[in-house]
Amino acid sequence: MMETKDLVIIGGGSAGMAAAVSAYDHGVKDILILERGPFLGGILNQCIHNGFGLHEFNEELTGPEFLTRFVNQVVERKIPYKLNTFVSNISKDKVVTYSNSEEGYVEIKAKAIIMAAGCYERSAGAIGIPGDRPSGIITAGQAQLYMNEYGYMVGKRVFILGSGDIGLIMARRMSLEGAKVLGVAEIMPYSNGLNRNLVQCLQDFDIPLYLSHTVSKVVGKSHLERIEISQVDDKLQVIPGTVTSFEVDTLLLSIGLIPYNSLLDKMGLVPSRTRGASVNEHMETALDGVFSCGNVLHVHDLVDNVVVEAKVAGASAALYLQDKLPRHTEKITCEPGDGVGYIVPEEIDLANAEDQIPMKFRCRKPTHDVFIEYALNGEVIKSFYKQTIIPSEMEIDIIPKNLLKNNQGKLTVSLKPREVK
Amino acid sequence: MVDIIIIGAGVVGSLIARNLSQYEVSVLVLEKENDVGDVTSMANSAIVHSGYDPVPGTKKALYNVEGNAMYPALCRELDVPFGPVGSLTIALTDAQVDVLKDLQKRGSENGVETKLLSADEVKAMEPNIAPDVKGALLCPSAGVVNPFVLTAHAMENALDNGVKLHLDEAVLNVKRVKDHFEVKTAQAIYEAKVVINCAGLHSEEIAKMIEPVDWKINPRKGEYYVLDHYAPGLVNHVLFPLPSEKGKGILVTMTTSGNYLVGPSSEVIDDKEDFSTDALTLADVKRQATMMVPNIPFREQIRVFAGLRATPSTHDFIIEASKSYKEFINVAGIESPGLASSPAIAMHVVDELAAPVIALSPKKSYNPRVKKYINLQSMSLEERNALIKKDPSFGETVCNCEKISKGEILDILGRSLPCKTIKALKKRSRAGFGKCQGGFCQPKVLLLLAEYYHISPLEVLYDKDGSEILAKESK
Repeated sequence: MMETKDLVIIGGGSAGMAAAVSAYDHGVKDILILERGPFLGGILNQCIHNGFGLHEFNEELTGPEFLTRFVNQVVERKIPYKLNTFVSNISKDKVVTYSNSEEGYVEIKAKAIIMAAGCYERSAGAIGIPGDRPSGIITAGQAQLYMNEYGYMVGKRVFILGSGDIGLIMARRMSLEGAKVLGVAEIMPYSNGLNRNLVQCLQDFDIPLYLSHTVSKVVGKSHLERIEISQVDDKLQVIPGTVTSFEVDTLLLSIGLIPYNSLLDKMGLVPSRTRGASVNEHMETALDGVFSCGNVLHVHDLVDNVVVEAKVAGASAALYLQDKLPRHTEKITCEPGDGVGYIVPEEIDLANAEDQIPMKFRCRKPTHDVFIEYALNGEVIKSFYKQTIIPSEMEIDIIPKNLLKNNQGKLTVSLKPREVK
Repeated sequence: MVDIIIIGAGVVGSLIARNLSQYEVSVLVLEKENDVGDVTSMANSAIVHSGYDPVPGTKKALYNVEGNAMYPALCRELDVPFGPVGSLTIALTDAQVDVLKDLQKRGSENGVETKLLSADEVKAMEPNIAPDVKGALLCPSAGVVNPFVLTAHAMENALDNGVKLHLDEAVLNVKRVKDHFEVKTAQAIYEAKVVINCAGLHSEEIAKMIEPVDWKINPRKGEYYVLDHYAPGLVNHVLFPLPSEKGKGILVTMTTSGNYLVGPSSEVIDDKEDFSTDALTLADVKRQATMMVPNIPFREQIRVFAGLRATPSTHDFIIEASKSYKEFINVAGIESPGLASSPAIAMHVVDELAAPVIALSPKKSYNPRVKKYINLQSMSLEERNALIKKDPSFGETVCNCEKISKGEILDILGRSLPCKTIKALKKRSRAGFGKCQGGFCQPKVLLLLAEYYHISPLEVLYDKDGSEILAKESK
């Protein structure tokens, strides 16, 4: 007889733990967290810098400090978890297959599931950096893991491709460890990192940022010896004759994070624009009782926002388990309009929705002097003025439920430049 | 003195070594790289061609058809992933349909069964094919193979049967001395009665150590995209455009692990060490491939790579004794369809070129099979659990993307064939082959290698000498 659990949570990082605590506090007691790593906390274990928790705890914590507070909440509630445990399959009828060295392969039937497995880093191969294939080209998060968990430096003369936050943080970290960081190239004409990281990690260390530049060649037969960067045009194509060379032994890549969604296929779920699942306002996917939150849904810039989202998923799973989250055929679909890359949720069921509905999206490029406009079936229902909106910061707007009125049609969010009169 | 020295442990050298290991002869394989199958045998289309298109009567045609037929049994013995998926050569214009008919005729001259398909038949088999497809030539005998594993398991089986392998040992000179050869490397001078030159791109240089030759090996680069495995399937067969004088063209195929390969380009270059990729070339590969399969999801791209074909100036495989010594055997210019032909090449080299110059008496202890590999994902949960009960390391997942356990990795490390680098282990186990490209598992793999070989993590190589991942301990 297969064991049954009310709620199985895939991933014991910040999203999984916050979801578990929230579900517990909303009345779900039969919970199991499955974590593939040797500790709870996920990626925060290697984020030893500070800057976490300003919203959640009103103070600035390191990654391990932040995660410890959630581990304590999990432990206080005696929520069971399994470490070093890998989930290899979830079936459409919510049978979760996990494995570890003590129990082997186990199948359990879950009444509800929260997917909170995080994201992975885009690799050199994914963008096909031209040139040789030496060692010394490594993702920033992996270099961070080698340094902060294993105690090894990956190189001494470093260049960084991509201005994502992990890259910026590693620029500072490696400088402090005695490496020479020669620069950061960003293919876009703007940075993709948080402003505070640009200041604290690059400017304070005199590390130049080359905007509208990319690595046009890597050279090295066995280990990286040299890279070339080139300027790109407005179509992001390399402009010939703009090469600058740097003799480096390490190229760190901070070129994007992607939801780690390999279990979606098996449940018959189609990846959304974010490459995570598509969810409604309760973080529920197209499959009844399967929820998703955190970086496996869409990549967040602040863990505090992950926690807020995960709490919604946890509370929603509790509602579902109490039969208080019925599916209705009528619902509103949400779509990104002009200037918007994606939006979460992609669906709102007004009959279930809370009074205030958070809408999360990222713009496609930095935009100034602009209105964020929400239109239901073409009719503007809400607009917010923004002096500046940038892709590296997720936008979160609260839409009051009473503005949405009838439970059907299409909600579009677009950026509209302010008309100068 | 050894009986036979094989220079080069690519797929051809490894299969020849394995064939020879069934006889009572001493065999030493010298390989300049730190792993077998590390150059051309590593970076190719991984296709077992049917043999319909080489010019009839050439060695390419003969060995391809013969080699293709040997694959199913060979892959069973060596426990190598092989998929007899068939190939489709696609016609996108009416004129190309006429060419397909000529190709079918050529196929039947080569003894290859083929079938002409209508546009509707092709669309039914390949939902993602270009809508303007006009027809295709189906070759049911074509397949896909894992070339890394084929080469490694062939060499492992040879080693299990008594062959010796020296990695990291490049041949600097070969010289005839009395009735034997002296083969010089940086480490030693070896004496051998017979030398078999399987040096791939460098077979011309090796051959010239003995005598002038009237052929050349020109490196011809091919660049590829690798896409992740995902559902639903992109293609169900190996898809080729019409072949041209430049080769078989840009193909779209699945691999034995469910990934997709798109490529290769065809560029004649000078430098035999140039494995770099180039943005413009790859953009052209993309352009050509999408003419055949318009909606290739390039967002699933996980890697690009370049391989070098050892293209012979003679346009055919060079498989013959040298002019001066029948004991010095050249096996050179093994470009496409070299992988498909390699089992037949190995058989003919041993039976027709080695046998006349050295006594080959069967070895009683010869076992043609490698010890069965453990592939956890292909086993039932009950079977996995029985195994994990005996050895808990099979319950520990190292590579999340490809679902590879620590036990499977330790099994590979414990075998006769050394597996010293992260890349060698990646080629054998697939750990690091998935969408995150080792982002999560590389540190674990690095530590496993350090522990198994009793070296510092700082010394673990990614690939070639000098390719250490870690620079120093942090403060």
